[in-house]
Amino acid sequence: MLKFIKKIFGRNQQTAQQALDNVVTAPLSDAQLQSIRTITVNHYEPPQFLVTSAQSVGRQRELNEDSLFTLSTTIAGHSSNAPFGLFIIADGMGGHQYGEIASNTALRVISGYILKKFHNSLFNIPSMPVEESLQEVMSAAIMEAQRVILNEAPGSGTTVTAALVLGQQLTIGHVGDSRAYLLYNDQRIDAITRDHSLVRRLEELGQITAAEAAVHPQRNVLYRALGQGETLDPDLSTVPFPVGSYLLICSDGLWGVVPDDEIKKIIFEAPTLQRACQNLVSAANAAGGPDNISAILVQSLG
Amino acid sequence: METQRIDGPGNVEDRSEIGQLNSGTNLGNRYLIQEVIGVGGMGSVYRARDLHFPNVVKLVAVKEMINQAPDPLVRQTIVQNFEREANILATLSHPSIPRIYDYFTLDNRSYLVLEFVNGKDLEVILSQSEGHIAEEQVLAWGIELCDVLAFLHGHKPDPIVFRDMKPSNVMINQHNHIVLVDFGIAKSFQSGQKGTMIGTEGYSPPEQYRGEATAQADIYALGATLHHLLTRRDPRLEPPFSFAERPIRKMNPNVSMEFETVVNTALQYNAEDRYKTIEDFKEALVNVGRKTGLLNRINISSPTSKSVLNNDIKPVWAFQCEDELRGTPVLHNGVVYIGCYDNNLYALSASSGEFQWKYPADGGIVSRPAVYDDAIYFGSEDHRLHAVSIRTGKLVWSYYTEGRIRSSPRISDNHVFFGSDDTCLHAVNIATNREAWKAETGSEVRSSPFIVNEMIYFGNEIGDFFALDYRGNIKWRFKAKRSITSSPCVYDNVVYFTSMDSHLYALDAKSGWLIWRFRMDKPSIVSPAAVDNLVIAGSADGHIYAVDVKAAREVWRFKTEHQVNGSPVIYKDCVYCGSVDGYLYCIEYKTGRLRWKFETKGPITGTPLVYDEIVYVGSHDHFIYALLA
Repeated sequence: MLKFIKKIFGRNQQTAQQALDNVVTAPLSDAQLQSIRTITVNHYEPPQFLVTSAQSVGRQRELNEDSLFTLSTTIAGHSSNAPFGLFIIADGMGGHQYGEIASNTALRVISGYILKKFHNSLFNIPSMPVEESLQEVMSAAIMEAQRVILNEAPGSGTTVTAALVLGQQLTIGHVGDSRAYLLYNDQRIDAITRDHSLVRRLEELGQITAAEAAVHPQRNVLYRALGQGETLDPDLSTVPFPVGSYLLICSDGLWGVVPDDEIKKIIFEAPTLQRACQNLVSAANAAGGPDNISAILVQSLG
Repeated sequence: METQRIDGPGNVEDRSEIGQLNSGTNLGNRYLIQEVIGVGGMGSVYRARDLHFPNVVKLVAVKEMINQAPDPLVRQTIVQNFEREANILATLSHPSIPRIYDYFTLDNRSYLVLEFVNGKDLEVILSQSEGHIAEEQVLAWGIELCDVLAFLHGHKPDPIVFRDMKPSNVMINQHNHIVLVDFGIAKSFQSGQKGTMIGTEGYSPPEQYRGEATAQADIYALGATLHHLLTRRDPRLEPPFSFAERPIRKMNPNVSMEFETVVNTALQYNAEDRYKTIEDFKEALVNVGRKTGLLNRINISSPTSKSVLNNDIKPVWAFQCEDELRGTPVLHNGVVYIGCYDNNLYALSASSGEFQWKYPADGGIVSRPAVYDDAIYFGSEDHRLHAVSIRTGKLVWSYYTEGRIRSSPRISDNHVFFGSDDTCLHAVNIATNREAWKAETGSEVRSSPFIVNEMIYFGNEIGDFFALDYRGNIKWRFKAKRSITSSPCVYDNVVYFTSMDSHLYALDAKSGWLIWRFRMDKPSIVSPAAVDNLVIAGSADGHIYAVDVKAAREVWRFKTEHQVNGSPVIYKDCVYCGSVDGYLYCIEYKTGRLRWKFETKGPITGTPLVYDEIVYVGSHDHFIYALLA
């Protein structure tokens, strides 16, 4: 009996000892529990990305200065890799010379640079590891795009938001005011990029409200863009991309006129990923379509 | 197809591919272009020889502005504005303003001919200098800039606002005096279309973006310029209006408090909180010079506030062993266990430090023991893993490896996992006391394994990092440039560790992909700790670092007086970490602010343990201390 009590006591101590490692826990919400259940049930092999994109010139512009790029690979079998995805949106700056050239150049240089870096790792036998870190590769790709744009299309400018996804790690390189969002199974939506725009900065400083920012006359003024200024410091970050969640990358033609809540509603209510993406673009056009609209929507299956 | 040049040299419209005048061009039948000396948003600046003075070499600067407006009426207005402003500038006479000799317009290009300043602009000076520019030098330039701005602001009938104060617009001539080189004159050539960039991102005040250009704007921009010169932090690389987030003395501790205060006043967000006039700004700068003696080149360093942060912390208890404590304590059931270099494992009462028992191994103990059921497990320099009863302090069983054991045991699923200098990671079944498997790694394993999701993560002394499954199979492997002695931690599916190659690494825990690496100034054996999207580590460079896990950016660093070889531990809102300087530091992990420090008489190289408001830490001074957290 004593041994029995001791055993119980001992187990309790085991739990207490966990606290030594300062593990902080909190109960999960019902939505989170539900989403975990859904995923556990719908386990998908091999892990992969479901990708779709949509674009529109909008209703008030004649020229499309947005560019988008998607690529996703799955290598499964004896020697399997985590699924690899590269998704980029660039929004050429209006009013500048050759905005569409700048956005297209950014896209090609960045995707070309990254794919070259990963070629021997993904497609070579034996697979050769990439020496640099994911963030270093992303940063170098963006700097290379900056160099090429300054040479080939001086005076032009573009935003760029590039997502490099390996398995469940999402590495973002970002300059300007295109955006990346993550939408989780429990219906949360998070912007994972920060606009390099004057109004966003004024908003962060508490000088204007989000509502004022949305209609501010200088809401299109950027303080960082590819091809503009001698110096460039892209934002880099890596965040988890959980199975089942969605990645949305879009130009301000979408997020500028369709509020986050509506974006979320459209994605979660659409019957398919393709329809969701089309509906996002339609919603932006329905709201007046003042600018070019581009969207890439990715779901992680696994 | 190859394009061929058809126009010969000497042609007025002799332009390079990007539209610049080639050297040798005779502009306006008077100015012989020598070379491009600058490129602005509207066009280029050239050095040219004035051919009206055939017998002497008179050099001038020719500034070209390209009129890009498509509407002829707008173009005409722009040219008129340009000529009006050129007329005003031509009347200005001040030693810090280049003289204007001439202006003219050819087709869609307007030209301004100015005095040629032989020198370098401040941006070039900054980029060519190593380390910080001397405070007294920046102060002297600042005062001269105030003088010339005061001259402009006092212009009659209308004050002139410079509008574009920044390092690249300030030349330092051969006599070390400043010259303002780029007047707002070019502004009228800028198009105000949607999507344009901010003119001089970084230096302009908030109200300039509302279209206001006042003397207050020049005060702010001068403050921004001085901030850049003192800190070397380019505001164009930072979000707008974020100077307050980069306190000058944090970037450059040599700057006096007085100078920092003056620059901060000029950089106030609201124009009314800045100096009222540029004269006030100048007076404040002159006062800095008087107070600090800087203007006499007498460098009085500012009084350093000696930290009065406790030497008066009294330990709850302290217990003396017979040799250095290099290991890390563990607490179980009200008893603290710690291994010592005197070969003993000590069991002490957590509340009073009272001695319970000690168990002698045949070698020093430098690791952190692990408790499971009724036994405590630890490795020793004597090559053995010891399992000792926590009730009696007597050996239950032991397990031999072929080398010294510096790696701490981790227990999971009835197995104990640890590394040994025999180059293997060992998995020992606790029920049978026998080896389940061992994985040969090719070098000593001193890193302690981290176990999560049935994966075992650790590094070795030739810099390989491994992820093994529960059967000892390698799932992935990563190579660092030098040894990995630190123990990894996994946070949000990312594994973090440091290496002797001076990097803090972040790898995807599933695949081993390198996500980022953060460079510290010297090698590290510190095991990182992660909390709230921060990973905290230290290095032999003497710093404790907090790095943002997503963006890999340094959030803060804390300087200790010697190498940081012990590992940090997080408790509530603080990080606790020891240093070879003998101190245990308690630092707020969000801000990097020191809350308190406690001095021991020897280096601290182990990891503290914090439990129930008490910190336990061993020191090379032979003591284990219990302190209030």
